[in-house]
Amino acid sequence: MQISRNRKFNSTKLGWLRMTMGITYFFLYVPIIALVGMSFNASDSPFTWNGFSTKWYGVLVNDSTVMKGLSNTLIVAFTSTFLATILGTALAVGLHQYTKSSFLNAFALAPAIMPDIVLGIGLLALFALLSMTLGLYSVVIAHVVFSMAFVSAVVKARLSNSDPALREASMDLGATRSTTFFKITLPSLTPAIVAGALLAFTLSLDEFVIAFFTNGPATPTLPIIIYSMVRFGVTPEINALASLLMLVSFTAVIGAQRMTKLAEAQS
Amino acid sequence: MTEKKNLIEIRNLTHRYGDVTAIDDINLDIQENEFFALLGPSGCGKTTLLRVLAGFETPDAGTVMLGNMDLISIPPNKRPINLMFQSYALFPHMNVGQNIAYGLEREKLGKNEIKTRVAEVLETVGLSDKSKSRPLQLSGGQRQRVALARAIIKRPKLLLLDEPLSALDRKVRAEMQIELKRLQHEVGITFVVVTHDQEEAMSMADRIAVIAKGKVEQVDFPVDLYERPKNRYVGGFIGDSNFFDGIATSAGIINEKLGLMPGNHYGRNITGAAHLLIRPEDLRVAQEGEHSVSAKVQDVAFFGGASTIILTIDNHPTTVLFSQPGSTSIQRGSQLQLTWDAQKAIVLPSDSPSESNN
Repeated sequence: MQISRNRKFNSTKLGWLRMTMGITYFFLYVPIIALVGMSFNASDSPFTWNGFSTKWYGVLVNDSTVMKGLSNTLIVAFTSTFLATILGTALAVGLHQYTKSSFLNAFALAPAIMPDIVLGIGLLALFALLSMTLGLYSVVIAHVVFSMAFVSAVVKARLSNSDPALREASMDLGATRSTTFFKITLPSLTPAIVAGALLAFTLSLDEFVIAFFTNGPATPTLPIIIYSMVRFGVTPEINALASLLMLVSFTAVIGAQRMTKLAEAQS
Repeated sequence: MTEKKNLIEIRNLTHRYGDVTAIDDINLDIQENEFFALLGPSGCGKTTLLRVLAGFETPDAGTVMLGNMDLISIPPNKRPINLMFQSYALFPHMNVGQNIAYGLEREKLGKNEIKTRVAEVLETVGLSDKSKSRPLQLSGGQRQRVALARAIIKRPKLLLLDEPLSALDRKVRAEMQIELKRLQHEVGITFVVVTHDQEEAMSMADRIAVIAKGKVEQVDFPVDLYERPKNRYVGGFIGDSNFFDGIATSAGIINEKLGLMPGNHYGRNITGAAHLLIRPEDLRVAQEGEHSVSAKVQDVAFFGGASTIILTIDNHPTTVLFSQPGSTSIQRGSQLQLTWDAQKAIVLPSDSPSESNN
């Protein structure tokens, strides 16, 4: 009796939750589904359906401007992710092991929270002050600044859940500090580091504001190219491009989530 | 027993955390091959002392010698000492075998030797079939065995155990107490165990150091600690006890309300303010004409093997415990005449615990 009553109670409650959830997901995903659907549109206009076709993907691949932008974006995304992952991890480990200052901890997170436009203008001012020419490398530097903060936040969360006795146990068993770092600290952080890296990668991939400020005119990244294309009207080619970008971001985010779950299961 | 050589000699060791003196001028000898316990309430400094021995704390003053090796100048990874952590600190990303092999791999031993020794030590702790399991898949007792195996495989001169049984439930704890003692005999390593549980220390250790507020109050064999405490603190900390205050005389103490209470000085000739300690099992119902104290029964509790009777004595501020073997016919509310053997009642100085010395 008790059980069946509870079950009924739960299911009605879940029914309401399901409906709310359904509506939320509908609002979230209808535009995306529309976008992906329209990328397979045979028509030249992005707004009228004219039959299924993959021709816009063909156009996209043959568009040298877009392809150049894509390669610029990938260069920036991979390089900045690589650097931000190393620096962000080092930052997290350093903050965790050597300071208790909440002030320093807050400052490490600031670039992630700060409005992009502030960071963009600030970096541009700095580069100008140093009389640096702008190019892909300046975008990389800029992206490292904020991605690093995200990586360190993820890694720090993992560190604060880990047993401080692990490092001592390693030392006690005869390991040096560096052996302890590479054999104990780093492996136990791996899921968080991977999750942080994927986060940094997706953030860099579609980052517009900061790249807009810190990029040179000869090396536009993909979001900047898309922006300038949109100004001349949306063609289904853009839909195809956006669909591809979404696919990459989705894969990365789902991967990051998996890794974080794995991390939780292990701790 | 007393012919043993000292393994560790601690001299004038002091360590502070900011304003808090965690260990205060400690002198202690730990002998070869003994099972030594550091016993005290939480915050008494016993864990700090352990961490100094392991090398994770550098003391402010004093020396720790192992043979003729000055331990304090040696980093933790170079000391012939291993620590079994309270949380066990097993490496979660390694399986049991890898955890245990970790220490030997740091010594750059050959693969075959590592393999043999890991198998040996797994056998010793009875976990031969768990070599490939992850720590998370093990029970609390099994994890503890892995932690122990990992700590003894390096064959340290000294094994430190930080509250080794605190994370286990009662039944497993009792098993592990016996197990630890067996292992200590088997591997022949000096064990130093830190615990706040006096029963644990009494049942496992060869010798116990009672520590309070960063100072060593008494170092002794478990039985002597119970029967011959040096001060009121130790007497109250180890086992159940009844204390009476008074002025020392050669025959015992004179209590303001209860008059002369006979007791034993154990050759210390205590003068002035003093305490008399009578263990609950040393009290008995007085025969006609014997010197006695009148008490009223508040409550009776039966624990299977023994009964504890809780009494009040007029003009005495605390309740008195009286224990009898087996069940008892004494009824709640009745009046009793109690007496005790003067030989077994202990006269203790009333100095603050840390100042009393022999």
